[in-house]
Amino acid sequence: MALKKIGSQTVKFENPPSIISTASIVGPVEGKGPLKDYFDLILNDFHFQEKTWEKAEKKMLKEAVEMAIKKSGIPSEEIEYFIAGDLLNQIIAASYAARELGIPFYGIYGACSTIAEGLGLGAMLVDGGYADNLVVGSSSHFCSAERQYRFPLELGNQRPPTAQRTVTGAGAAVISTKNRNPRITYVTTGKVIDMGAADPYDMGSAMAPAAVDTIIKHLEDSKRSPEDYDLILTGDLASLGKDIAEKLLKQNGFDVSNRYTDCGLLIYSPQQDVHAGGSGCACAAVVTFGYIFKEMQKGRYNRILLVATGALLSSTSVQQGETIPCIAHAVAIENL
Amino acid sequence: MSKITQEQQDYQQFVNRIKPKPPYLRNIIMAFLVGGIICTIGQAILNFYVSLGLEKTKEASAATAVTLVFLGSLLTGLGIYDQIGKRAGAGSIIPITGFANSIVAPAMEYKSEGYVFGVGAKMFVVAGPVLVYGITTSALVGLIYYLLKF
Repeated sequence: MALKKIGSQTVKFENPPSIISTASIVGPVEGKGPLKDYFDLILNDFHFQEKTWEKAEKKMLKEAVEMAIKKSGIPSEEIEYFIAGDLLNQIIAASYAARELGIPFYGIYGACSTIAEGLGLGAMLVDGGYADNLVVGSSSHFCSAERQYRFPLELGNQRPPTAQRTVTGAGAAVISTKNRNPRITYVTTGKVIDMGAADPYDMGSAMAPAAVDTIIKHLEDSKRSPEDYDLILTGDLASLGKDIAEKLLKQNGFDVSNRYTDCGLLIYSPQQDVHAGGSGCACAAVVTFGYIFKEMQKGRYNRILLVATGALLSSTSVQQGETIPCIAHAVAIENL
Repeated sequence: MSKITQEQQDYQQFVNRIKPKPPYLRNIIMAFLVGGIICTIGQAILNFYVSLGLEKTKEASAATAVTLVFLGSLLTGLGIYDQIGKRAGAGSIIPITGFANSIVAPAMEYKSEGYVFGVGAKMFVVAGPVLVYGITTSALVGLIYYLLKF
């Protein structure tokens, strides 16, 4: 019998693993946003002294991981696993970062929900007794994502108001058995939900039902209410998706309006030309590991629910007329 | 396409009701203005070549097309054309400068994969369909015209 499983989709940790250190690196546009003071490194350009954007993305991830390990004070030989993913085909940013890091590696893919997937799996490994210390990370890059999912950068086309900007950045966190706050207390694994959205320029409305489904499952399984959290934070629903998620939650009897926000809205200011807001694997990662982690250490937030959302499409599935399957994983992070 | 259920249909209708619409009027006006400006510049270039003594329908118009393609490519390389395109939409996509942009942009982008499988193979990734169907249509129209002449 699964001792730590509660309800239908949630794990409750017996000895909640702690997030002992984090690191975040962002690109120049994010570095002009409202959270700029929370990031460890802001790049001046998209290349990060590399020849290609993909190499720049790999370097961001690798350096974020090294930074997080350094801050943790744990010797890097004692980091037992590296769990990471990104948006590139065959998750090459993560795999190539792993090639240089030399830490046993699990590559994962959950599109923009990857960081929550990593935190969840990492916490399970630690609480399961399979590791004492491990590092999770994820990255995305505006330029490498544009060329993979959309058009060349210099092409003069117009984007609709529901389009989102892929966050350039990388975030990493060290999860450990050490007795330190904040802790990962619950993880709710999401189901793939497809509500028939097919517009790749409107990810927010495609992903909102997945976020809502996971939030409701989490609250049911943990027997908590939204009021138990200081903040519920979705990954990258942006303006339209957040609106929809709020409305859907209300229809289901959960009023979250005064304690709910979205990483895609936090990372840019409305004056920045980003349409609906931010997206990408790095969006939830850098907001959580930059802003949220530091505010939890200060005690401004003591209990948050991160619900990172991912749209599991590819450019091939879009061209073949498929609708967009979406997922959301919830991770409860608390100061105990 | 996989079959859409009633629940999915209802959700899509709900989304469409609250989805923000693009600023159509502003987009149309900008497309008209920018498209018009590009065509006016084209006309000025044509007049210039005619004044140099080139024959209007063949020589001067070909030279004008070449000049506009060069300008479109140059502005793409300088990172200006996508800024124009963001505001002008169809106004800068439809003229021949937009065609130049659609070839130069991927050529620049895919240089990182080398000159053969990058630039060479991906250069027509955007313009390719326009060429295929444009040339096919012109051949069909030509054929119909030829048959009608009998």
